[in-house]
Amino acid sequence: MMTYILRRVLMMIPTLFIISVISFAIIQLPPGDYLTTYVANLAQTGEQATQAEIASLRAQYSLDKPIYVQYIKWMGGVLHGDFGQSFSLNKPVKDLIWERLGLTVAISLITILFTWAVAVPIGIYSATHQYSFFDYLFTLMGFIGMATPAFSLALILMYISYRVFGTGVGGLFSEMYMDAPWSFAKALDLLKHLWVPVLVLGIGGTAGLIRQVRANLLDQLEMPYVVTARAKGLAEWRLLVKYPVRIAINPMVSTLGWMLPQLVSGSVIVAMVLSLPTTGPLMLNALMDQDMYLAGTFVMMLSVLTVIGTLISDILLAWVDPRIRFERQQT
Amino acid sequence: MNGADNTGQVPEESRYLASQWRLMWWRFLDHRLAVVSMVVVGLLYFIAIFCEFFAPAAPNIRNATRSFAPPQRIHIIHEGRLRRPFVYPQIQNVNPETLARTYSQDTSKPQSIHFLVKGAPYRLWRLIPMDRHLFGLADGRPLRLLGADRLGRDLLSRIIYGSRISLSLGLVGVAVSLILGIIIGGISGYYGGMIDNLIQRFIEILRSFPTIPLWLALSAAMPATWSPVRVYFCMTLIIALIGWTGLARVVRGKILALREEDYALAARVAGVKEFTIIMRHLVPGFASHLIVSVTLAIPGMILAETSLSFLRLGLRPPTISWGVLLQDAQNINALALYPWLMSPIVFVIVTVLMFNFLGDGLRDAADPYSH
Repeated sequence: MMTYILRRVLMMIPTLFIISVISFAIIQLPPGDYLTTYVANLAQTGEQATQAEIASLRAQYSLDKPIYVQYIKWMGGVLHGDFGQSFSLNKPVKDLIWERLGLTVAISLITILFTWAVAVPIGIYSATHQYSFFDYLFTLMGFIGMATPAFSLALILMYISYRVFGTGVGGLFSEMYMDAPWSFAKALDLLKHLWVPVLVLGIGGTAGLIRQVRANLLDQLEMPYVVTARAKGLAEWRLLVKYPVRIAINPMVSTLGWMLPQLVSGSVIVAMVLSLPTTGPLMLNALMDQDMYLAGTFVMMLSVLTVIGTLISDILLAWVDPRIRFERQQT
Repeated sequence: MNGADNTGQVPEESRYLASQWRLMWWRFLDHRLAVVSMVVVGLLYFIAIFCEFFAPAAPNIRNATRSFAPPQRIHIIHEGRLRRPFVYPQIQNVNPETLARTYSQDTSKPQSIHFLVKGAPYRLWRLIPMDRHLFGLADGRPLRLLGADRLGRDLLSRIIYGSRISLSLGLVGVAVSLILGIIIGGISGYYGGMIDNLIQRFIEILRSFPTIPLWLALSAAMPATWSPVRVYFCMTLIIALIGWTGLARVVRGKILALREEDYALAARVAGVKEFTIIMRHLVPGFASHLIVSVTLAIPGMILAETSLSFLRLGLRPPTISWGVLLQDAQNINALALYPWLMSPIVFVIVTVLMFNFLGDGLRDAADPYSH
């Protein structure tokens, strides 16, 4: 096990290097750079930027250097914890992301908890009452939940709440608390708004998890050990929770790691629709404005989290289910 | 077992003699929901192929006097008497003070809906000049069963035209990823060793990119000046980019197992070219699994297109796709006043749902020798 983890960690180094290069390359893909966008925006408002001004800005942001020099400069900074400066917002990238990270992670964590709290009991019920009315109902709802794109669910919920409550549900705070310092009332206000994003973000995952828990548990319930345990007179509930359920919730554990990048990206599309002050919209804007370092840091950070998340998943899985072995087999 | 009633109809001998594909087909037919889904998916694609015929109006005809006209309801009873389905014409009233538009119905003049009606002329696939539409009002008067958008264009017609782009994009994307997956996965599995190792590491790196940010980044990189065709082509490539890695892994795993089979060895001894061995002898061995993976991959791609276009990162007007149509529904105020702008969502959900059911049925059928 230790050698396995060690090998995986060592493998991560070249992977991360290649990822950082590709991230940087992707951000360089659009024609022009941030300054072309900047000049175009100025022109739209009727202002003109002088050649000297542009040149000095270009030098200030090192946009006049070859790409590989820019990359090396950026990477050098990243290794020292300096992710560069955002062009459009004129702030260090680190502060910008940090500002929004708290709420993003909070929403994502609550969503995960919601997903589990709903999906596991329903999955167990569906498996133990296979082909019952509720099983069919949950199955149908699960399929619809998986087929509905999250943003359209957000739209529908927004429409309904507009119709029923007469107010929009966008954002996380009422206007009066938007810039207010944290207080009990503000936290309460947050809770009032929180259910919509949590519901929207959680439905898809919940539906998928129900299907998985149900399928896994059904497989387990047919196993001879369950029959044996039942024959020995173990109470049905204990029997269920002690062994089969433990194995059936494997997907929860194995997807835990993959949730890491989601924690940060905070489901961009839903966040855009619901205008949540999370990292998602920030990233999207950075990508569209060619705000190089901000966008690059996001793509890089998410990739790193994906790599780490996959590793955590694999390790957790081996820990929960001792039957899984990772040592390379001779073929 | 569920299949008993169906297999009962098949004589015992023919069941033993049936080819693997035939067995799969029988098994698939047992899965009612999947069969229904297949029919629905087939219908959707049929409509998409002949969208000019199925749409009651041309998608880009603007009508300023019908801005945000609500959906017309189909009636069958006029003044207490049953008659063929008809709609009442809409009258626009402009409030002289606020300039707000409201629509009312002129219930004195019912307009019957006819089938195979003569309407706006069009060219089927830009080639064949025609003027018949599946249904519509006589004399080419506009029919708006799902209402109109801001420019007074018929939403139903636009959704039908949009299905051509939205549905084909998923298919083309899957085709691209399938070709890439079979070739690269095939090479990886067949040759093994160094090449296999390199390709697998490459796939791992590609997979370690978070999908949505990668899509966003690549779509944002498309210049706004590109022609719609070019954007469409790039969108399929972007969407296929992630898909092929999964398929390549399936192919590799299967080929690793199959290449040790006697028949593969026999082909090699007989001097068949390596590429031919992979394509002619090995790929058919797991084609059924590929079909399942492909079917389950398509809805994801359709959703990807819709989401990206919705964010204004994918296809752009004047291209019509479901995602592009949903751009109009982004604004909550517009949505509250004109809820029919959301109707493309229904088509997206139905399509994705049907593909999921179909994929489920195919998965069950893919291994006809299991019990």
